[in-house]
Amino acid sequence: MKRLILSIVLINLLSACAYFKPIKHADKAKPAPEATAEKPATPAVENATVGSATASEVNAQTTATAETATSANATATETAESAAGATAKADPLNDPSSALAKRSVHFPFDVDAIQDADKQTIQAHGEYLSAHAERKVRTEGNADERGSSEYNLALGQRRANNTKKALILSGAQADQIEAISYGEEKPMATGHDEESWAKNRRTDINYK
Amino acid sequence: MLRLSSLIILLCLSLPARAVLDIEVTGAGEHQVPIAIVPFEGEELLDQRISEIVASDLVRTGLFKLISPSDKTPHETSEVKFADWAKVEALTIGQVIRQPDGRIEIRFRLLDTVKKTDLLGQSVTAKKDQVRAIAHRIADSIYAKLTGSSGVFSTRIAYVNRQGKYNRLVIADSDGFGEQTLLALNQPIMSPAWSPDGKSLAYVSFEQGRAMVYAQSLQTQRRILLASFPGSNSAPAWSPDGQQLALVLTHDGNSQIYLVRADGTDLRRISFSTTIDTEPTFSPDGRYLLFTSDRGGSAQIYRMSIKGGEAERLTFEGSNNFSPRFSPDGKSFVFAHFKGGAFYIAVQDFETKQIQILTPGGWEKKPSFAPNGKLVLFATEVHGRGILATVSSDGRVKQKMTPQQGDIREPTWGPFIN
Repeated sequence: MKRLILSIVLINLLSACAYFKPIKHADKAKPAPEATAEKPATPAVENATVGSATASEVNAQTTATAETATSANATATETAESAAGATAKADPLNDPSSALAKRSVHFPFDVDAIQDADKQTIQAHGEYLSAHAERKVRTEGNADERGSSEYNLALGQRRANNTKKALILSGAQADQIEAISYGEEKPMATGHDEESWAKNRRTDINYK
Repeated sequence: MLRLSSLIILLCLSLPARAVLDIEVTGAGEHQVPIAIVPFEGEELLDQRISEIVASDLVRTGLFKLISPSDKTPHETSEVKFADWAKVEALTIGQVIRQPDGRIEIRFRLLDTVKKTDLLGQSVTAKKDQVRAIAHRIADSIYAKLTGSSGVFSTRIAYVNRQGKYNRLVIADSDGFGEQTLLALNQPIMSPAWSPDGKSLAYVSFEQGRAMVYAQSLQTQRRILLASFPGSNSAPAWSPDGQQLALVLTHDGNSQIYLVRADGTDLRRISFSTTIDTEPTFSPDGRYLLFTSDRGGSAQIYRMSIKGGEAERLTFEGSNNFSPRFSPDGKSFVFAHFKGGAFYIAVQDFETKQIQILTPGGWEKKPSFAPNGKLVLFATEVHGRGILATVSSDGRVKQKMTPQQGDIREPTWGPFIN
C-alpha cells in the first residue's frame, strides 16, 4: 500500500512537472521585454517604437501562455529574443508571409528524398541559418503507421537526415542542425486513411 | 557511454487481483481434451478460487473442453468414483489447507479417468498472496502432462499502454493480471525486449527528447543507458546467453545493426548497408540474426551471421514484411506481413520456405512467440482501440485481450522463469 501511495505521488509530481514547464518558459521571456523597452530609449526613437511594440506582443503572449498553460510556447521566447536583439530589423522567422513560416516538408509513402514542392522552404531555412549562425534547429522526422514502429523510426530518421543535408546545401552549418526521428510515435493525425498518413509523413524544422 | 541513472519515474505499481484486460477466446484445437476441474476444498476462504484460475488458463489454449463436475465433489483420490467421470478424460481435484502460521498448503491431483490412474500429485505451501502464481503453476503442470509441451501460464508479457501522450511500460502475467508499471512518461516508449533470464527489460524511451536504449532490472529497478548516440538508438534484442544485445544506431547515417555487451561496453557495428537495417533478433542458438531491411527496394526480412557478412533475403510475398522473431525451436519465424493495405501475422518455415498466414488481417503488428512455441502474441486494433491478441501457432485458436483503458502497443512475450 505504501508503494502505491508513493507511486501516485510520483505520478502527480511528474504531471506537475509537465504542467509547469510552459510557465517557466513564460517567466524566462518576461524580463526580456522590460529590458528592451528601457534600452532603446537612449539610442533611437525608431528602435524604441519597434521594441515596445514587440514587448507588448510578448506580454500578451506571456499571459496567454501562463493562463492556459498549453504546450511549451516557443513563440514567446523567440519573440522576446528577437526583441532583445540590438538590431531594429524584425526577425523574418516571425513574418507569416515569409517562406520561413513553413516549418514542415512532406514525403510520399516510404520515400525519404526532399520533394521539389519543398525546395523553396528548405532554401529559405538554409539561408536563414547561414545568416544566423547562433540559431540552432532540430529536424524531426515522422512516418505514417504503415510499417513496424522500428522501421518507421528508421524511415523518420532518414527523412530528418535528408532534410538536414538539404539545409546544409542551402547554406546552414552541420553543427546548427540536430536530426532526430519520432517514427510513427507522434502522429499529427491518427486516422487510418491517406489524408492522415500524408500529414504524418513529414520532417518538422524546429527552431530551438 | 555507460551511465547509471536513478530516476524517480520508475514506478513499481502492483495490482495483483484486478483483471486489466477483457479476454475473448475463439476457435478450438483439433482435438480438445475433455477435463473436469472440481472446486478445491477450502478454496472459498481465499480471495481467488484456484480451480477457476486453472480452468480459465486451460480454456484459453483452446486445447481443453471444460466439463462441469455438477454436484460431484471429490477432493481426494479415494473419493473418486471413475464411473461418474465417463464424459471426461482428465479430472483435477484438490484441497486448500490453512497452516497455523497463516500460510496455505495447496494439494492437487490430476487423474486419468480413462486409464483410471493418478497422473500427477503435488503439494505447495505458500503465502496467501501467491495464490495466482500457484494456480498458474498447477495449470502449467496439467498442460504439460496432457499435451506434452511446457505450459506458459506462469510466464509474463511486456507491452506499452498509451493514453494520448501518456505512455506506460507494463509487465503483466500472461493472462493480463498483475500489471506492473515499470516506466511512465509523457513521451513515447518503444520496443521492450526481455533478457533471456526474464530479470531485465531493454527498451527505447524518448524521455531525453529522442530515441535512446535503456536496460532495467525488474528486481532492483536499476537501469543503465545503453545507447545515446546522436540520432536514433533503438531496437534492442538480447542474445540467448544474455551476454550481449543487438541494437540499431543511426550515428553513422542510416539505421545499422550493432552488438554491445550487456553492460554497455564493446560496441561493434555488424551491418554495413546504405539502407535501413533494423529489428534484429537472435536465433535460439545465438549464431544468426533475422532483421528487417529495405536494401532490395522494399522492407523485407533477411538473415545474417552475428559475425556480419552477407545477408540472405527470406521473404518475397506481400508488399512488405516486418518484425521477425524466431520460433523457440529455431525452425520457423513469425513476422508482420503487409499486403493489400492490411497487416497479417504470418509464419515461415526455414526449410520449406512456406508462408502460413495465421490471422484474418487488419492492423496486426509486432508478433512474438510464447516460450513453448504454441502461441503467438501480437498487437491489433478493434473499434479503434489498440489491444493484445494471441493466435495458436497453427492458426486455430484466437484470443483477444482488451485493456480497460488506453491502447496497447509493442507487446512481447517473456521467457520461462525458473
